[in-house]
Formats: sequence, structure tokens, C-alpha cells
Amino acid sequence: MPVFILLTVWTALRILGRNRLRAGLTMLGIVIGVGAVIAMVSIGEGAKTAVAQRVASMGTNVILIFPGATTTGGVRGGQGGAVTLTVADSLELKKRIPLLSATGWGKRDVMQIVNGNRNWNGMVNGVSLSYLTIREWSFASGGPFTQQDMDSAASVALVGQTIVDNLFNAGEEPVGSIIRIKNVPFRVIGVLSPKGQSSQGTDQDDIIFIPFTTAERKVLGTQFLGSVGAVFASTERPEDLHSAVEQIQEVLRQRHRLQPGHEDDFVIRTQVEIGKVQEGASETLTLMLFAIASISLLVGGIGIMNILLVSVTERTKEIGVRMAVGAKRRHILAQFLIEAITMSVVGGCLGIVLGIVGARVTSVIAGWPTIILPNTVATAFAFSIAVGLFFGLYPANKAARLNPIDALRYE
Amino acid sequence: MLIRCEDLWKIYRLGDVEVQALRGLHLSIQQGEFVAIMGASGSGKSSLMNILGCLDQPTKGRYWLNNVNVAALRSDALAEIRNKQIGFVFQNFNLIPRTSALENTQLPLFYRGIPLREQRVMAMEALRRVGLQGRERHYPTQLSGGQQQRVAIARALVTGPSLLLADEPTGNLDTESSREIMIILDELNKAHGMTIVLVTHETDIATYANREIIIKDGRVLLDRNTRADLQQLSSEV
Repeated sequence: MPVFILLTVWTALRILGRNRLRAGLTMLGIVIGVGAVIAMVSIGEGAKTAVAQRVASMGTNVILIFPGATTTGGVRGGQGGAVTLTVADSLELKKRIPLLSATGWGKRDVMQIVNGNRNWNGMVNGVSLSYLTIREWSFASGGPFTQQDMDSAASVALVGQTIVDNLFNAGEEPVGSIIRIKNVPFRVIGVLSPKGQSSQGTDQDDIIFIPFTTAERKVLGTQFLGSVGAVFASTERPEDLHSAVEQIQEVLRQRHRLQPGHEDDFVIRTQVEIGKVQEGASETLTLMLFAIASISLLVGGIGIMNILLVSVTERTKEIGVRMAVGAKRRHILAQFLIEAITMSVVGGCLGIVLGIVGARVTSVIAGWPTIILPNTVATAFAFSIAVGLFFGLYPANKAARLNPIDALRYE
Repeated sequence: MLIRCEDLWKIYRLGDVEVQALRGLHLSIQQGEFVAIMGASGSGKSSLMNILGCLDQPTKGRYWLNNVNVAALRSDALAEIRNKQIGFVFQNFNLIPRTSALENTQLPLFYRGIPLREQRVMAMEALRRVGLQGRERHYPTQLSGGQQQRVAIARALVTGPSLLLADEPTGNLDTESSREIMIILDELNKAHGMTIVLVTHETDIATYANREIIIKDGRVLLDRNTRADLQQLSSEV
């Protein structure tokens, strides 16, 4: 039997070689299908890894709490529709939940920032001291503000790299210079190390930090003292995030005097969740691309089936001769199945090459990270065998079921 | 007795019309005979050949080949019998296109599962016997009609069958090629004792045979020896 299979593969290759154009066109569907699967999955895997890295860059154990929707007399405000979170909330959380290693708070707005004759609209954040450690900001030069700055509502600012790029000339030292935020002069005391894009795609370096007290009293204004735009908390270990979130919810519901059955008037987010959403999005993308690839594999398979049906008809007489000299039905079946599989496997191999080249080219041209997993290649290869087997079965069976006399007489 | 047919019936149904190709045919052929089967078209000789060649099954009746009741066998068993005991030579040669003479000759051995090296040796020997040494690598299109038919004969005899069925083997050949083919068949019969059943409508071709059977309306109309020295054989039939 191995001799039979080897010789049949050899025969199949010769037959394909004879009709190169026809075989090539037939295999094209498989080539494109397998190529697409490999390229797409590589891009998808690359994107997933990139997202995971970005999420990590934001700190995986950070909890964000935003003011949420409130319902007043049946009218529901949207998220942030009411100012429900306060500095006191944040302090209380820290006090009552031992799992939390730190809590901080902040509020923010886009403001015009001026340095000499240059100006820029940047995100101005008034934050608590602890915020910088929770979000793991570090400094390229200078340093953070102090408790004293906070207490005295000092006009000092920390600027991100994007702000530096847009407000200062190259080579100019930002630390120590005076910039104006909404016409209030601020002394720059630190430049933040760049963090790059966030998982949402925003520029994390287009940012200015000023003490929360300063923001509240001099720049951003407030509805009432102590209201905050967001509360931040962190846990020592990422595993504690889940229980910390539950406890935060409990404490805040108590403090906000929410009756059972009422909705939360705050929203708790973790970076893990945000990352999951992103990952989910890229998984959806991968799945969609996989569906497209599957469809082209299907079309490729139908192409193979079609050409094999033509081949069976063309070679009816040959089939008759083979039967006359002693080919059993299973020999004929195997011959056409092997031809189908040979076609789909050759197509699959070309597709694998195409997919790897495609992924590399995408990496170079679009700058997207791509990861080619051996698993993907193996799966694509297995799929191409399966396509050949599946779509070869019908024509091969048709050939094997031929009556020897009818086949011999066929003209 | 190599072949024994008893009360063979073959009935085809074409729509509502029933065609009785064979109507209770009796026939016996001994090992080593050279039989010519003749008859007008529609006489049933093709149906008979298909059944004798195990390509088809009779509707009714029994057919023993080497004392095996073939009529009771299934398609795979029939394939095995065709492979081991029967060699076919057809009017239109029926070589596999774009496949060399050697590979065409190897084909029955291939299905028998013989190792490749052995296949080669046996096929070379068969081609030598039909006078085609040196042409093993030629494709059918590179060979004349007579040469193609000789490849077909080589393919038929390579397995050493007990029965060689030749269906109008000279039908597509000129006189000279026809003569060559018949000489080869005659030689196979005389020197190697191979039983040959030949279907032809040419009387001069039929004269190579030792026995002539004429079929009409699905029955044997005439069965006679054509060689005096074999008179004895047919008297047993």
C-alpha cells in the first residue's frame, strides 16, 4: 500500500504538472485562503500582544472610579452627569479598605497653555500626591510636587513630553521656566518620562499635572470644594483587584446612602477590564478575518472539487482501463482523493509562504507588530489537507462508482 | 475446463424496452484453445465478452472461470480476477495517455501490489516478448497503431493470465500491422499455451484461431473446429 500511495502521489504531481495553468488557477483559492489565515492571525496575535503591553504600561493593578449616572425624579444623567465623588470618598476608601495600597484623586480639563510666543491646548490634571505613584509616572528631569506645594496650592507644574515638544524650543530646559495655564503663571518643576500611546490610542504624554488644590482654586474651578473627576486606587497585587473592587463598591454605596435596588452613582473600571475589552475587540477582528479566510478556503475547495469533476469526466476511459486491468474501487477512490489532497497541500504550502511574506510586509509597511505562531502554520496546513479530503471525496467517489464497461466505452 | 457458461442471460432495460442480449447461451472453452467469436453487431458477442472478462455480470445463469462461479462475486473480487487471470486487448488499444509504454505495461502489477523494481523487470520482459525492446520510454503518441496494440498485449500478458480476451484487436490497424498482431497472439497461444478468445468480424483474422463460434440472437449459432488437428478438442464440447 505505501508503494501505491507514493506512486499515486507521483502520478498526481505529473498530472498537475501537465495542466500547470489549470492546477495553478485551481489552487489559487487555497493559496489565498491559507495565506490570508496566516497573515491575519499573525497580525491579530501581534495586536493582542501590543495591547497587553500597553495595558501593562498603565499599571495592571490600578482601579479607576468615575462619577456615574444619577437618577433624579426619573431623569437619568449620563456618566459623569453629577459630581458624586469627593476627596473625602477617596480618603475614606483608603482608611476602610486595607487591600488598597494607595488612593488618589484628580480632575482635569483641556486648557490653553502658553510659553512665550507659543501655545498649546493640553490636558491639565489637578491630582493628589499619591496619584503619581499609583499611575507609576517617573521623571525625565526635575521631580514631583510636595505636600507643601499641595497645602499651599502652589503654582507648580509637571509636564509631559508632548507638551515639552510643543511649547519649548529644542534644547531649551523646561524645568525652572514659567508657563501660563489659563493666564495663571506656573513654574515647571519636572518633566515626565514618556509613556507613549494608551490602550485607547490617546497620547499619554500630552499631559500636565498640577497640585489638586491649585487646580481647584486657581485653574479648573469647582462646583464645591473637594469634588473630584476621578478617584484612583491601587492594590499591592493584581490578584487583589477583584475583591478590592467589590469592597470599594460597598463602601461607596454606604457613603452615598444608596438604597438596595438603586443603581450605583459611580463607575469602577480596572485596567484589566479595559485591556479585556481591547483584547476582545482584537479577538473579534481575528475571528472575522478567520471567517473571511474560511470562506476563501471553502471557495478554494469548491474549485478543487469542480476541476476534479472535470478531470473524472475527461479521464473516464482511463478509469475504465484501470478497472479492466484490476483496479478496485478503493484504488480509484484513493487516486482521485490523493490528487485532490496533493493539489490542496501544494496550494496550502504556497499559501503558508504567501502568508508569512504578507505578515512580514505588513510589519514593515504598516508598522504593525506581527507574530507568526507555529500553531497557526500547522493549523493552516491541516486545514488545507482537510479541504482537499473533503472536497475530493465527492468526485473521487463518483469515479470509483463508475461501471467498468460504461467507463471503457465512454468517448 | 477454463470457461464454462450455462444458460447465460443478459437483459438490459432501456426505458420501457427490454433488450435480451444473451438468451440462454451455453459455452465451454478449454485451457490452451484459440477461439474466434464472430457475429453481426447486436448479436450479443460484446455482452458475452464483457461477462467472460468479468467486467459485467449475467442477469441469469452461471459462469465458471477456473472452476470459480464468477456470477456470484462482488466487484472487488471481480477486479482481482481481472487482475490475475484475464488480460484484455481492445480495438482502440486503450493505453493510458501521456504515460510511457513501460508504465502502461506495469499497470496491472501496480494494482497487484508488486514491488516497483520487480514491476519494472516483469514489464520489460513483457515488452521484449512483443518486440518492443528499446521503446519502453515512448509515449503512446510516439508509437504507431501496431506498436500501441503491442504495448496493450504486453500489458495483458505481463501478469501471466490464463485467459487473454481480444476484442477486435485489429479493427483499427492496417493489414501489415494486423498480421503482426495476429502472429504475436498465435505465438502466445502456441508457444505458451495461453487461452485466447478473439472477437472479430474479419474472416481472415478468424482463420488464426482453431475454433470458430458464431453468435446470433444471443445464442451460439455455429461452433466448429477450423483446424483438422484439433478436431478432437471440439468433439468433447
